[in-house]
Amino acid sequence: MPHSHIDVRYVANLARLELTDEEVATFQPQLEAILHHAEALSKLDVTGIEPTAHPAPVFGRMRDDIPHESLPPAAVLQNAPDQAQGQIRVPKVVTDA
Amino acid sequence: MISTLRQQLVSGETTPAAILERLAGEIAARDSRTGAYLSHDLDSALAEAAAADLSLPLGGIPIAIKDNINVLGQPCTCGSKFLSENYKSPYDATVIRKLRAAGAIPFGRMNQDEFAMGSSTENSALQTTRNPHDPERIPGGSSGGSAASVADGTAIAALGSDTGGSIRQPASHCGVVGLKPSYGRVSRYGLVAFASSLDQIGPLTQTVEDAALILQAIAGFDPADSTCLDAPVPDYLTELNAGVKGLKLGVPKEYFGEGIDPGVRKNVEAAIQKLAAQGAEIVEISLPHTEHAVATYYVIAPAEASSNLSRFDGIRYGHRAANPADILDLYKKSREEGFGPEVKRRIILGTYVLSSGYYDAYYGRAQKVRTLIRRDFENAFQQVDAIVSPVAPTPARRLGAFSDDPLHEYLSDIFTLSANLAGIPGISVPCGTTDFDGGKNLPTGLQILAPHLGEAKLLQIARAAEG
Repeated sequence: MPHSHIDVRYVANLARLELTDEEVATFQPQLEAILHHAEALSKLDVTGIEPTAHPAPVFGRMRDDIPHESLPPAAVLQNAPDQAQGQIRVPKVVTDA
Repeated sequence: MISTLRQQLVSGETTPAAILERLAGEIAARDSRTGAYLSHDLDSALAEAAAADLSLPLGGIPIAIKDNINVLGQPCTCGSKFLSENYKSPYDATVIRKLRAAGAIPFGRMNQDEFAMGSSTENSALQTTRNPHDPERIPGGSSGGSAASVADGTAIAALGSDTGGSIRQPASHCGVVGLKPSYGRVSRYGLVAFASSLDQIGPLTQTVEDAALILQAIAGFDPADSTCLDAPVPDYLTELNAGVKGLKLGVPKEYFGEGIDPGVRKNVEAAIQKLAAQGAEIVEISLPHTEHAVATYYVIAPAEASSNLSRFDGIRYGHRAANPADILDLYKKSREEGFGPEVKRRIILGTYVLSSGYYDAYYGRAQKVRTLIRRDFENAFQQVDAIVSPVAPTPARRLGAFSDDPLHEYLSDIFTLSANLAGIPGISVPCGTTDFDGGKNLPTGLQILAPHLGEAKLLQIARAAEG
């Protein structure tokens, strides 16, 4: 198991979080302490043990294919921070080549 | 008590509007001290009260709602700045639809730790909630507003959510009843997801009977939640007073070790003796993987949270940062500005344990240890009908005592997390008070755990413990 080192700024970027330098300094020892605690799991023998993703798994249940009403566009748009012409407006995503 | 109020409603002694007006008065008189309510909308509740069908099981009964459960047209802040600016729920959660179908009136939005991450309600970005028994202390969390309002008499009953103890622990700290149903018993549709394989909605109430009445209304299959089980819902009231004679109750030795406050131990042992005096057989059992529950939980829950909270990106709802340079900048700034420190910590932790190179060592391994923890309970329930233990190692601590030490806070969740990892139901029932760390007469709770979908027996034992 890796030894409780975490590059906080790098992982925060993966999670799309822009942290201040202060936050990085605060989180670094806190997260290392938590990861160090989690390393105790490496001492357990889990050979041949199936992972549990859900405590009461339900697989392959099909619902009847019956049309039903979805949220109307106005209800979906009511919480959008910015909207125009019945759509959610965002900064330009595609740039000129 | 709901049944008393129901009798008064049916006999015409009171009306739903009168109950709401009385509650609004209690809130005005006392909630500035407790801080349990983030908001309440008396006018819309009164409009519903005017149309209440008193023939229904919860007809005319107002129920306070944790602020992470969507109620059409109401705020749903999750205790976060991210959703506090102008979000209004565009639909009812399934539990709300079911409560309305049973005649209840959702009234009030209850404070919580931000996105239900915490055990004290101190992680709410919006306000401080105080324990009604001692305002210098936490109410517990994350459903701290729900627990504090029921304890304070500013709500009759409340809904909370429990991912690692977030119903049971605040119930214990505030001296009320808190029930976490089995995973899959209650639909999660419309509950803002924290950790989808652990979250369940449940009631916080004054009595065990009230908890049974509310569970009866909210349990059952929902096609909108694929993890909600298509299993029959028994009548939770028929066996409620059947007692504990002949039942075997397991006392896990790992739950009574060092770190448990002597006052908590004394009260829990006395509660167990009371059940023995009513005819229950007490058996010592072992849950050998208990010491690994905190590590397992604090890998799995943040992993699921980091995935679930990716939806808060500033695009469709909630906070959007001003003047972003581009779309990536918009995501990063909106999340930086909108989330508080505990949420950021857990997102980073969860992202890390899911990232390439660390996945197998942390997340994959934690899922296997989760299997071992689940098996501990399966083995225990071969021997006993239910398990009895403390809810939390200590009564409510002082506000601010752990604020720089999240791991220390996590370790205090040791007795409640395992039920979520195993998917089994658990309840907290008040068991007296004790003095702790300068505080006087602070409530303690007895936790009862039962096999998956064993809520009827769980409530039956809880009723006997409540005595």
